[in-house]
Amino acid sequence: MVLVFIEVREGKVKKSSLEALSEGKRRADDLGAELHAVLIGHELDELAPECFSFGATKVHVLESTLLSQYSPSGFSRALKELVEELKPMVIFFAASSMGKDLAPRLAAWLNVGLATDCTETGIKDGRLTVVRPIFAGNVFATMVFKASPQIATLRPNVFPLVDPVDAKGEAAKKNVEITEDQVKDAVQEIMREEGSELDVTEAEILISGGRGLKGPENFNLLRELASILPRSAVGASRSAVDSGWIDHQNQVGQTGKTVSPNLYMAFGISGAIQHVAGMSSSKVIVAVNKDPDAPILKLADFGVVGDLFKVIPPLKEELKKIFAD
Amino acid sequence: MNIFVFVKRVPDTESKIRIDHKANKIIKDGLNFVLSPYDEYAVEEALRLREAHGGKVTVFSVGADEVNIILKKCLAMGADEAVLLKDDTPETYDGLRTAKIIAKVLKDKFMDYDLLLFGRLSIGADNGQVQTMVAQLLDLPQINVVTKLEIEGNQGTAYREIEGASEKVAFSLPAVLSAQKGLNEPRYETLKGIMMAKRKEIPVLPLEDLGMSAEELAPLMEVVNLESPPPRKAGTVFEGEAEAAAKKLAQFLHEEAKVI
Repeated sequence: MVLVFIEVREGKVKKSSLEALSEGKRRADDLGAELHAVLIGHELDELAPECFSFGATKVHVLESTLLSQYSPSGFSRALKELVEELKPMVIFFAASSMGKDLAPRLAAWLNVGLATDCTETGIKDGRLTVVRPIFAGNVFATMVFKASPQIATLRPNVFPLVDPVDAKGEAAKKNVEITEDQVKDAVQEIMREEGSELDVTEAEILISGGRGLKGPENFNLLRELASILPRSAVGASRSAVDSGWIDHQNQVGQTGKTVSPNLYMAFGISGAIQHVAGMSSSKVIVAVNKDPDAPILKLADFGVVGDLFKVIPPLKEELKKIFAD
Repeated sequence: MNIFVFVKRVPDTESKIRIDHKANKIIKDGLNFVLSPYDEYAVEEALRLREAHGGKVTVFSVGADEVNIILKKCLAMGADEAVLLKDDTPETYDGLRTAKIIAKVLKDKFMDYDLLLFGRLSIGADNGQVQTMVAQLLDLPQINVVTKLEIEGNQGTAYREIEGASEKVAFSLPAVLSAQKGLNEPRYETLKGIMMAKRKEIPVLPLEDLGMSAEELAPLMEVVNLESPPPRKAGTVFEGEAEAAAKKLAQFLHEEAKVI
């Protein structure tokens, strides 16, 4: 069996979890195994049908009022008990903030290895193989597991969604036996940042700026582009962040976040190794830079040698035209 | 307050990584090794907590003798003690193995602590699992990717970064925390600190003395292949007037790449 943890935020299933479920479906098909999903929290029953439509035949709904807010100690305890009962061969999580926080706790509890932030999975001789970027994407490591269950977290925006189907399945609800003292680290409050709807790791289009932007106010040019483009967010290089022009949340690169959007637009970013490491798995890269020798232009599918302050205004108009059609 | 900080020696972020394909290893020659950047935030936070609440900061690292360089750096920053958990095994990319070593040391030899601080991720292996696994093995609360921390008596409040938001978590000490950029601004070593660190003995605790079985120490992950990412195909570079460039770029995005 392949089991996929389904993350819920603000009452909705995260897209990255549906990607993990889709990849789980593909691996379950390879193995001729069942695909199950697990929801943890309070009153989540109504989310089960969405899991069926992405291929799960059974959804385990682990219910407790003590788990209405995320806690790694509480959630991992609930998961561990389910895993000991189901004995899945493979467990997938999205490599989201929650997935990366929860999966290691479960792996340690079960005394098995964990592959973090994978970008490829497959089955060979009945066992899971994964590819994970290490050294911030400068090296791809193919890894296998010495124990079962084989647990992996999957990088968001990398794995394609299966086409949802109109399918039914079994929702198995279970009350989790857990006490207050076993929940040691529950989230008390979630503070949304002003104006940052989408995280850079979740955006399908990322519009990034570097030192070439010359000052914090000029990030507004990128925000204006973002307001035109659907599911987009604004990113930044380390030098822009270290200059205090934009929050670290937005930093792409080795000491920031690793992203793989459909489109990465780099404005005034030279393309230092440590930045490229965080964005080189983007599907399409375009760059605007004044310096014809900037390394980013060698990486870009389409590069413009020019002044970003002169290119962005007409680009904005061109994009508006496209979206008006 | 008794604070333990766990640090790792890693190639710096500007390193050009080369692969020994025969041995399935990273070639170490020519790499410049540093204290993993996120660990610096953890050390700094420990020092600030000591300054505010009193107590002691001890830094640990698992690795071979060469790890002493980063332990010295932590001492020079102001840590009181450092301990080398000596393990000559090359990188296994298995976080649980390291976590088991740390948990064993803490259970058997260093039982008295209030906080265990880590960087949120060691660059290189890019696993970010060890701290969480230690928390589980010791049955402690965990808060990862912390950007703000407040401690009052034996109670703490931490703010952790998630997608486009932050989570506020309350916990009791002892606890495991991992530091994110933004938590603080790490200090530079002072000359006096460097001189003191030079003279300071770093006790060595060999892995063999921990009484762990070969089975416990066997990696649970295996690297079967390492390779460089495929190079990207060369793209178009447009040089010309801005209006024309904008038009071409939009056209490329819409018609050729079809991403817009």
